[in-house]
Amino acid sequence: MAEYKLEMPLTDDAVDKLRAGDVVFLSGTIYTARDAAHKKLFELLDEGKDLPFDLNGAAIYYVGPSPAPPGRPIGSAGPTTSYRMDTYAPRLHALGLKATIGKGKRNDEVKTAMQEHTGVYFGATGGAGALLSNSIEAAEVIAFEELGPEAIRALKVKDFPLLVINDAHGGELYAKPVLDT
Amino acid sequence: MREIQASDVIEAVAGMCMKANTELPADVRNKFEQAMAEEDSPAAKEVLRQLLENADISNDTRLPLCQDCGLAVFYVEVGEDVKVTGPGLRKAINEGVRKGYGDGYLRKSACDPFTRKNTGDATPAVIHFDVVPGDSLRIAYMAKGGGSENMSRVTMLAPAQGWEGIKKFIVNRVAEAGPNPCPPTVIGVGIGGTFDHSAKIAKRALLRKLDDTHPDPKIADMEKELEQELNKLGIGPMGLGGKTTVLGVKMAVEPCHIASLPVAVNVQCHSQRHEEVEL
Repeated sequence: MAEYKLEMPLTDDAVDKLRAGDVVFLSGTIYTARDAAHKKLFELLDEGKDLPFDLNGAAIYYVGPSPAPPGRPIGSAGPTTSYRMDTYAPRLHALGLKATIGKGKRNDEVKTAMQEHTGVYFGATGGAGALLSNSIEAAEVIAFEELGPEAIRALKVKDFPLLVINDAHGGELYAKPVLDT
Repeated sequence: MREIQASDVIEAVAGMCMKANTELPADVRNKFEQAMAEEDSPAAKEVLRQLLENADISNDTRLPLCQDCGLAVFYVEVGEDVKVTGPGLRKAINEGVRKGYGDGYLRKSACDPFTRKNTGDATPAVIHFDVVPGDSLRIAYMAKGGGSENMSRVTMLAPAQGWEGIKKFIVNRVAEAGPNPCPPTVIGVGIGGTFDHSAKIAKRALLRKLDDTHPDPKIADMEKELEQELNKLGIGPMGLGGKTTVLGVKMAVEPCHIASLPVAVNVQCHSQRHEEVEL
C-alpha cells in the first residue's frame, strides 16, 4: 500500500498510478455536493449552462457539514454515504471529474466510468467529522446557498486523509462479506 | 396532578441534543478500545484510532462527533399524574430541539420528502409517547443518522420460519449494507407486535447500553448469538475488513398476531448517540 501526497486539480497520471488500499493526503480546493446539489447540477447541464465550478481534474466531496461555530471555518465534515450519488457520478466523470470522496459502496456503472475516464473513489472515515474538519482550512459557499447544509462549498484542504477504495483499474478495497449460504 | 414547567422540558431537551452529539458515551468508547486491541488488520485499527481521536476532538471543541446530527427521535414516558404547563409537551420538545440544534451548531437535517426543502430548525422531531403510572416524565433522545437508518428494514416472516428465519434476515441485511452505515454498527432488533410496532421497539432497543444484558436469559443468549454471527461477516470497521462489524445487538421481543412474525432491524452507526433525562 503506497502513500501519496496529491495536489488539486488531479491529473490523469496522478489518478492512474493509484491502487485500492493506497493512502492519499490531498491538498488544494475540492467541492462539496450531495443529493440536492447534484440534482441542481444536472439541471444546469441539461439546460446547457456552465457549472459553478470547473469539473476538469476536480474532486467532489459528498458531505453536508454541520454549521461553523465562531472561530472555525467549518463544523464537522465527514463523508455521507455515496451510493445515493451513483446516478450522477458517471456523467460527471465523462465531463472531467477525477475523484469523488465519500463512504460506502459504488455501483457497477460508477466503477466502469472510473475505468473509462481515469477516475478514483476515495473513502474518508465515516463519523470522524470533527477530526476531518481539522484538515479543512477554509470553506466558502459558491452555489445553491438556499440548500443550507447541502449547498456547494469550495473547501481548501490540507493533507486531507483518504483511502483509495475504487481505483481506475477495477480494484476495490472493501471486504466482501463472508456468508455461509 | 404534578405540574412540570414547559421551560424545564425545553432546557432538558436542548441540553440532551448538545451533549449526545458531542460526547461519545463511555460504553461506546470502551468497545472501541476493546475492538482496537482485538483487531489484527492495520486498516481496522486505524479506523478505530481515528474514531477515538474524533471523540477527543469533539469533547474539546464541542464540534459534533458526526456532521449528521440525525433526525431527533424521542421516546417519552409520561406519568399519568403529570401535566406540562404552557404550550404542552410536544411543542416543548420541539422547541428544545430547535434550541439545542441552534445553540449547539448542530446540522439540521429535516426536510420535506418531496421538495427536499430543509425545515431549517431540525423539527419536527419524531416523538413516541407512552403513558405510564406515576408522576414523572422520562425523555430519551436519539440522534438518528440517515446513512445507517437507510440500511434498516422491516419484514413479515411466516411463523414457521422462527429463529432461523429471523437470524437469516438480519445477517443478510447487515451483509448487504456492508460499509454503508458506518460499521462497526449497533443493531436494534424488534420482534413481534405489528408491522409498525416491530420497528418502534427495534429503535427503542438502541437506547440500551452496549454493555448491558437483556433481563430474559433466553433473549440475552440470542443477542450474543446474533452478535457472533454478524462479526463473522468480516466487514469490519468502515467495511475495510476485520473482526468488528457490530459493537452489539439489542433485541426487543413482544407478542404478535398468531398469523405473523414481524421482524425489524434498525441499524445504528458507531456513535450510538443518545441521552435520557427524568423530570
